[in-house]
Amino acid sequence: MTSLPSVSPPKKLGLVIDLDVCVGCHACVVNCKEWNTGGYGSALSDQAPYGADVSGAWLNRVHTFEVVPEGGEVVGEAGDARIVHFPKSCLHCDDAPCVTVCPTGASYKRAEDGIVLVDENMCIGCGLCAWACPYGAREMDLAAGVMKKCTLCVDRIYNETLEEVDRQPACVRTCPVNARHFGDFSDPHSAVSIMVAERGGIDLMPEQGTRPVNKYLPPRPRTALSATPPLPREDTTGATGFFAWLDDMLDRI
Amino acid sequence: MKPRERVALSRPVADEVRKTTCYMCACRCGINVHIKDGKIRYIEGNRDHPVNKGVLCAKGSAGIMQHYAPARLRAPLKRVGPRGSGEFQEISWEEALSIATGWLGEVRNTDPKKLAFFTGRDQSQSLTGYWAQQYGTPNYAAHGGFCSVNMAAAGIMTIGGAFWEFGAPDWDRTKLFVMFGVAEDHDSNPIKMGIAKLKQRGARFVSVNPVRTGYSAVADNWIGIRPGTDGLMILSVVHELLKARKIDVDYLVRYSNATWLVIDAPGTADHGLFARDGEGKTLIHETVTEQVVPFGTRGARAALSGRVRLEDGRFAVPSFQLLAEKYLDERYAPENVAAETGISAETIRGLASEIARVAFDEAISIDQPWTDTNGERHQAYIGRPVSFHAMRGLSAHSNGFQTTRALHILQVLIGAVDCPGGFRFEPPYPKPVGAHPTPHGRAEHFGSNKPMSGPHLGFPRGPEDMLIDADGQPTRIDKAFSWDAPFAVHGAMHMVIANAHAGDPYPVDVLFLYMANMAWNSSMNTAGVIKMLEDKDEKTGEYRIPKIIYSDAYASEMVAYADLVLPDTTYLERYDCISLLDRPISEPDAVQDAIRWPVLQPDRDVRAFQSVLIDLGARLRLPGFADNHGKPLYKDYADYIVRHERRPGIGPLAGFRGSNGDRAGRGAANRDQLKRYIDNGSFFSTHIPMEAQFFKHANQAYQDFAVRMGFFDTPQPVIFQLYQESLQKFRLSAQGLREPHAPQTHRQRILEAFDPLPDWYRPLGEALIDRTEYPYHAITQRPAAMYHSWGSMNAWLRQIHTKNPLYVPGPLCDELSLDDGDWVWVISHHGRIKVEVARMEAVNSSTLWTWNAIGKRKGAWGLDKGAPEAKKGFLLNHLIHELLPPREDGMRWSNSDPITGQAAWYDLRVRIEKADPASNSEPQFPAVARPGPEPHPDELRYGQEWTS
Repeated sequence: MTSLPSVSPPKKLGLVIDLDVCVGCHACVVNCKEWNTGGYGSALSDQAPYGADVSGAWLNRVHTFEVVPEGGEVVGEAGDARIVHFPKSCLHCDDAPCVTVCPTGASYKRAEDGIVLVDENMCIGCGLCAWACPYGAREMDLAAGVMKKCTLCVDRIYNETLEEVDRQPACVRTCPVNARHFGDFSDPHSAVSIMVAERGGIDLMPEQGTRPVNKYLPPRPRTALSATPPLPREDTTGATGFFAWLDDMLDRI
Repeated sequence: MKPRERVALSRPVADEVRKTTCYMCACRCGINVHIKDGKIRYIEGNRDHPVNKGVLCAKGSAGIMQHYAPARLRAPLKRVGPRGSGEFQEISWEEALSIATGWLGEVRNTDPKKLAFFTGRDQSQSLTGYWAQQYGTPNYAAHGGFCSVNMAAAGIMTIGGAFWEFGAPDWDRTKLFVMFGVAEDHDSNPIKMGIAKLKQRGARFVSVNPVRTGYSAVADNWIGIRPGTDGLMILSVVHELLKARKIDVDYLVRYSNATWLVIDAPGTADHGLFARDGEGKTLIHETVTEQVVPFGTRGARAALSGRVRLEDGRFAVPSFQLLAEKYLDERYAPENVAAETGISAETIRGLASEIARVAFDEAISIDQPWTDTNGERHQAYIGRPVSFHAMRGLSAHSNGFQTTRALHILQVLIGAVDCPGGFRFEPPYPKPVGAHPTPHGRAEHFGSNKPMSGPHLGFPRGPEDMLIDADGQPTRIDKAFSWDAPFAVHGAMHMVIANAHAGDPYPVDVLFLYMANMAWNSSMNTAGVIKMLEDKDEKTGEYRIPKIIYSDAYASEMVAYADLVLPDTTYLERYDCISLLDRPISEPDAVQDAIRWPVLQPDRDVRAFQSVLIDLGARLRLPGFADNHGKPLYKDYADYIVRHERRPGIGPLAGFRGSNGDRAGRGAANRDQLKRYIDNGSFFSTHIPMEAQFFKHANQAYQDFAVRMGFFDTPQPVIFQLYQESLQKFRLSAQGLREPHAPQTHRQRILEAFDPLPDWYRPLGEALIDRTEYPYHAITQRPAAMYHSWGSMNAWLRQIHTKNPLYVPGPLCDELSLDDGDWVWVISHHGRIKVEVARMEAVNSSTLWTWNAIGKRKGAWGLDKGAPEAKKGFLLNHLIHELLPPREDGMRWSNSDPITGQAAWYDLRVRIEKADPASNSEPQFPAVARPGPEPHPDELRYGQEWTS
């Protein structure tokens, strides 16, 4: 079994994902794949890439759910079903069960910033960590036989060969709707901490006791169009009244 | 515990970054291609690029897998098996080009109209159109006829510009954004970035779409409208606004034809046309002096209503009176359209009310003095911050032209065109119809071995500009600009194969296509089209369409039907220009264009299609491509981009012109131009001065800027055409009151559809079939992570959409006892398909839908024969015929908008029946052979050599 850092890391790096704007476009998913397949650890392999049973290792996926509200909840037009696009990657939990379950010490949480990584030299591909993770955020690479997971682009965020503005995870940099934000949650004044406070950011499945670092922002409340105050009803049953009004308007121009 | 690994935190990403323009869809974003060891390490958005400002979508990020896909063609191919078999022999370019030159030269000499040259996913239409004009065939167009010509035609004919490439919402200022039926794979990054801005500012976003997917999922309000009824809902909103007097009268009087007098003389050739003076100027009723004077007369107080006597004794009324009388009618009241649209009266009222509230109670003002084209000085730009955007959801219906006109009229009524917060034009638009050419292609326009006398595509001003012969028969193979589709301003590519096969109006000898998958997802009636391509003349044993030349980079379904294949490069291996002469990438505040350049060299015997076309032009000795001695004028496309001039000083690229590269718009050719583009990130952008940024249609500073840039040689202000006179001319022809007279066969249809003030009519494909026998709509949506059919050969993108279920509304699933994974027959008047279903609630209750173009033919696109795309994927195309069911008199109309010829993909009506479980969708087709022995790995570990 593997230990988590004995003291809380000085930085808690992670993501805020805004479900109010995510359109499920998969930009983050594919940009993550292309960055990481040539980056940290072994490549993210694809099996039968042009075949019948195509599959591959991805560090980030978007799941789409349909939600049918049961009375009362106003989403768009009251009673309408809505679609929620839900991007999911490792949440870099404070109490990461994938780390403590690891028999070799390959899975670990960095003491300096809280990022959860897999040291592939030590990974035996037993898959226990994937079983332990309640979020399904780890994927086995079938070619390398090691466990892959989100690294928070550890090879970008500290990369001094990149311009400072680019030192953020690939998924954040590429997101066209600005639904993904990266920062330090241990700093209450960081942009991500403020965002979470203002928008009521939530933990995913808090009952699991994993204390995830990543947070999700819930959709903002929406008001039905039919709730808009009606247009004033002018006293105009036919066109004549309308044209008299028009004439009056022309005099005012 | 062992010592911890040392993570390499600061490895350089690559050896070099090359900046070019993406082509994974039509957004044309800037990309940084990181090259390592001569391979692509990583592609990211270019932060400096004005289109995407650093972001990049799934498609763009999957460029690596597009570039290295095994479906890429390797060398020119000559067909050796029967058409459709996919059996080819690789040949040299010299052989391929001499075959093509032989075929094309023969046709040009004998009968040039027997070449039909149509391009699909073409971003070089200013070159391909120019080439076709120099060649001299009347049969050229790109794919707009089966894409979104209704959008372009209705926009340009109403406001002088259209959605997407000719304009955009003012994302930074709009407070209410209403979007109709937009494909999520087109212009997707700018729209997504825009939606993010709205959300940030708390602006309201309303989505009108039968299906709630991507964008609609995050909309504040989703209006799940019944397909094809948007026009009725829009006119109901217009009714409400008129009734509540929430219109911008000042704006209408200044910028639209609301005041223009319309002749009221029923039964005469001028009825419904604008009254004009001796110089052809339209007239208004000046109410102070009670005189009829020309529009634009200084100080005139023009009437918007009231019947007036003209000098010649005839009567006339302002067009606005006709508009108001029409739309104030109670048949447009929300209660009276609710049943047809499926939208409650309260929701329509709420939408109208919100539009009015934001437009008039939340108006914005930018303190910037400006002068209008009448010489009047304004102290500020007044904005009505309501913006709209629409695309194929409106466009791909047979009533789409009038629906889109209705939407533009709504914009003009509230004064929200090119104002702060509204929809804004992107240069070189706005551009009035009068600044566009008329179409060319009548017998007098072309002949043996000579260029056409003018461009193929343009805007008819009336029936006199149609491309028909003395008997009223079409002169183009696609029948564009004929009585069938007078305003087919983008051609009608979806009719070409059917017409050529039928020899109607005449047979062709060579069909030359570029990047258009006409043997599959780009054709209606796919199985029928395949038969037409395979069909032989019984007497001669020759194929009915004798010779097919096709250029594509990938082994698409269409490749299997070509006789000669010209393999194209990938987008990373070529020069291209995103030109202001073509489909520009300007922003409302800036004039922009861009290039692609070979950031990688081809590793195989392929050539960029545009360079091949230029080579063929020189071999054929076409004017503009070879000099008098037959010497090629251009080495390749790059050379053409730099040195070609359409008018003196105006070339494909507007940036870095002049011998020093310091001129924009107009200027001498600059031989360092491409280098300057590359150094600048492969794009050029120059800002419009602030005093020219809004009300461009009537802003003198903008008009002067446009002339300086070379968009026009004289100012071309636009008067918004609420009332559309050219349509009325067709009605007069249909009434036999005006020459040329419409044929009897077409009269009723013209009278019903060509209303000069848009009216809603039930889509023809729906109106002509039994609505109880076929009670449901069936439509496609575009997934954000796939662009048309061009993604299934991509190992990463195909993992996102490997097959496409038919999504069925929940209540219908309950009625038919359907669960996810069950199979159904979907049956139309034309055919039936067997497909797998999935349940969905967030969809209009009468609408079935699926993702577009995921279904593939076995063997195509370099995929294994058992690939789910072919096994379970499917096309709705098999249910859609290019012709409508026969009418009572036996006539069959094209399945298109009667005004523009736009393919009416979304008019489809179907029924469904539960089917036995299955493992394959139906129909299935014989597998095509894979051209060329391309390596086909069982596993990919892309980038393994670089991992740490």
